[in-house]
Amino acid sequence: MTALTPTLQAQPADLVLNHVSLGYGETVIVRDVHGEFTAGTMTAIVGPNGAGKSTLLKGLLGLLRPLRGTIESRYPRSALGYLAQASEVETQFPVHVEDFVAVGLWTRIGGLRAVARTLARRVDEAIVAVGLQDQASHWIGELSGGQFQRMRFARLLAQDPSVILLDEPFSGVDEPTVLTLLQLIHAWHAQGRTVIAVLHDRQLVRTHFPQTLVLAERVLAWGDTRSAFDAQELVGARA
Amino acid sequence: MIGEIWSPFAEYGFMRRALAGCLALSAGAAPLGTILLLRRMSLVGDAMSHAILPGAALGYLIFGLSLPAMSIGGLLAGLLVALLSGVVTRHTALREDASFAGFYLISLALGVLLISLRGSNVDLLHVLFGSVLALDDPTLLLTASIATVSLLALALIYRPLIVECFDPGFLRMQGRQGELAHAVFMALLVLNLVGGFHSLGTLMSVAFVVLPAAAARFWVRGVGPQMAMAVVVAVLGSVIGLLVSFHVGIAASAAITLSLGSLYALSLSVGPLGSVLAHRRQAAKHIVRLKTGVSP
Repeated sequence: MTALTPTLQAQPADLVLNHVSLGYGETVIVRDVHGEFTAGTMTAIVGPNGAGKSTLLKGLLGLLRPLRGTIESRYPRSALGYLAQASEVETQFPVHVEDFVAVGLWTRIGGLRAVARTLARRVDEAIVAVGLQDQASHWIGELSGGQFQRMRFARLLAQDPSVILLDEPFSGVDEPTVLTLLQLIHAWHAQGRTVIAVLHDRQLVRTHFPQTLVLAERVLAWGDTRSAFDAQELVGARA
Repeated sequence: MIGEIWSPFAEYGFMRRALAGCLALSAGAAPLGTILLLRRMSLVGDAMSHAILPGAALGYLIFGLSLPAMSIGGLLAGLLVALLSGVVTRHTALREDASFAGFYLISLALGVLLISLRGSNVDLLHVLFGSVLALDDPTLLLTASIATVSLLALALIYRPLIVECFDPGFLRMQGRQGELAHAVFMALLVLNLVGGFHSLGTLMSVAFVVLPAAAARFWVRGVGPQMAMAVVVAVLGSVIGLLVSFHVGIAASAAITLSLGSLYALSLSVGPLGSVLAHRRQAAKHIVRLKTGVSP
């Protein structure tokens, strides 16, 4: 515990993990994670397949209750933005791209309220920001894989969350789309939002993410990206 | 000529009542079918309609041919089976359609058994196949009330229900509204099947849910338009079915179901979206393109 220096305003923690173990039934997948995600940080979670990265995200979201330990979140679950790895979306369902994005307004409009003009503008801006303005009135089933991922990001933009959790956001996505989405993530970071992303491309993490958490059932390293990767090499774990 | 075909509705009160009952059923049940179809749950609708039978039969066994007793009995049985199937799906390895299928077979047999304990074959026929040509005021009022409640409730749950259909994961993050919408939807389904069984019987009341919605998907794409189109198809099928039944002298519920079926077959063949004809046209275009070497 360090005392707060009056000149340096400490950022509050958005998510605090207190010796957390996660898993399903008897099977423990992630052990003893202890630490916090400070507000405004941009963290990559890396590790080998089956290291429990997605499980950790689900724990942070409150979708999975810890087997041991506690997770405290500064925000209610509905205020967290989440991009699941495998989209559960029924792609052949007849819904337009703009309506799909507008669903991101859920915390403001709920099941019954109308979409106010300012909110409608936010939806339009989100669609432009991901470059789908020409597809706004298309059915979601007509989009390519990359366009579909852009649309899911647009919904996160419309949602306007303070904490954003992304699970493998670039898997199976074309190069130009990755660049667009990376710009959006950097913009979120610049706006002071907390970004946590599960990724496997280490080069991409080194270039773009200031913080990294290396996970292989346990936390091998957690801190600024360069020293996290160095520490992990010292441990000698392969990932 | 047209006046002559139409004349049964002008001349006979029972034909007008039958038409009114069918219009109410169309407005209430057909839009639900669109959701059922989009969720790939059409067979669940079928199963639910049979699930109603033992409840209605129990009401009949205790109170005789009484509208409130049989309706309430059917409603309770339907809700119970919906609930049980949900529980079985959540707590066992069985998928939703399979657990529904299991319950409906048991329900159907139980229902027939209960009716045969006391009633005549005529009563059994009434429950299984309905009596659309003998609708009295209370039955008509019940059907109309159910259609009204159903449309209002559907409007209230529309947004969460639709989002739950195409992205259940998103709504789970936002609370329990998706689950709630789904539960209300299942209740509405049971309610409409109960409303339908007096006219068409438990075996065919689900026709108003499934067939018009299935036909509508070949004409329009959006959810709202599909619902509206389903109602139009249901109304059209009712009118044709009642008239055929009158002029040819065949059982009304079968005539209505068959005319709904014919409209479905017609849509399946020539509708502009994904029908047999639409597929052929697309294939033909493709072949022309290959032959001439012209890219689109």
